[in-house]
Amino acid sequence: MRTETEIGYNSKIEGDVIVTRVDAALNWFRKNSVWPMPMGLACCAIELMAAGASRFDISRFGSEVMRFSPRQSDCMIVAGTVTYKMAGAVKRIYDQMPEPKWVIAMGACASTGGMYRSYAVLQGVDNIIPVDIYVSGCPPRPEAVLDALMKLQAKISTQPVLENLTAVTALRRH
Amino acid sequence: MPALEFAQKIKARFGDLISEPAEFRGGITLKVGDAERIAEVCRYAKNDLDFNYLVDISSVDNYGEDPRWTVVYHLRGLTHGNELRLEAGVSEEKSELPTVTTVWKTADWHEREIYDMMGIRFCGHPDLRRILMWEGYPYFPLRKDFPLAGKPSDLPGIAFSKPAPLEGGPFVTVAGGEDAIHREPRVRNPGD
Repeated sequence: MRTETEIGYNSKIEGDVIVTRVDAALNWFRKNSVWPMPMGLACCAIELMAAGASRFDISRFGSEVMRFSPRQSDCMIVAGTVTYKMAGAVKRIYDQMPEPKWVIAMGACASTGGMYRSYAVLQGVDNIIPVDIYVSGCPPRPEAVLDALMKLQAKISTQPVLENLTAVTALRRH
Repeated sequence: MPALEFAQKIKARFGDLISEPAEFRGGITLKVGDAERIAEVCRYAKNDLDFNYLVDISSVDNYGEDPRWTVVYHLRGLTHGNELRLEAGVSEEKSELPTVTTVWKTADWHEREIYDMMGIRFCGHPDLRRILMWEGYPYFPLRKDFPLAGKPSDLPGIAFSKPAPLEGGPFVTVAGGEDAIHREPRVRNPGD
């Protein structure tokens, strides 16, 4: 399911009034306040911190509110090597996040296990949770994280909100 | 060389139990003939020779040889600054030797790591649990007969593991190759 409506605003024509679809407006809110759950597991987390600091400044995209509680986050950024021992905890934290939720697999390890082809490392976090965006790099530069965030925003803006709500309400009724 | 003097003191105290001190690159190694008496030797080294710091305990898998395990104790005296290695052989059937947590408390986690990775038990250890892998993991992954890719295991709700795709690996980097193509990580099996 996709929605094509973009939020559009032309001040010369519309003045103080914005005409759009509710879906597009809700998505506009959503995509510009993606609160990340920093699942920092290895060196990628250092680059993630750099993405949050002043030089790269993730708050330009509305995502500066790193929440260390899964209950308050929208997007889990899996930054680092997921070992089998940690995999259960990652899955549990993902399950604790409220819908709607997205996942960015940051770096080679989170995406595929990276250079750790060994007995201890989960070969890609997508073995246990659904991943929306994969970021290449070992570790990726902060720019790459921001690019992933922008791609995620583009994805969020195409996901219908109201249709889903209607579907959920219909489900509840039955 | 003071480290050698300490080694000779231990040799004089325990006699035939201890081998002649062997030197390798400035480090002195003593082999302890009977692993059952390792704690006794360690206690003497700590109390009488002032080796008050246990740097590390490591273990070697001499796969295909007897005894299969060698447990290596790295000692240092912080007051006199000397280092000493103690080695004890342990057979595969036994796979057990006395703990030295009674001598140095720091041995606790070192011995747990050896138990976790090699499966050598330390009798008298206060809390011999796995330290890196999860409780219930059925293998000892640093043994030579354990594949690098791992083996499947499953403990529902705690952890599962699957063999990693090695794609013909392991991937090994060669230092000093003539260009980047020769240096970069590639499938290089032992014997190629």
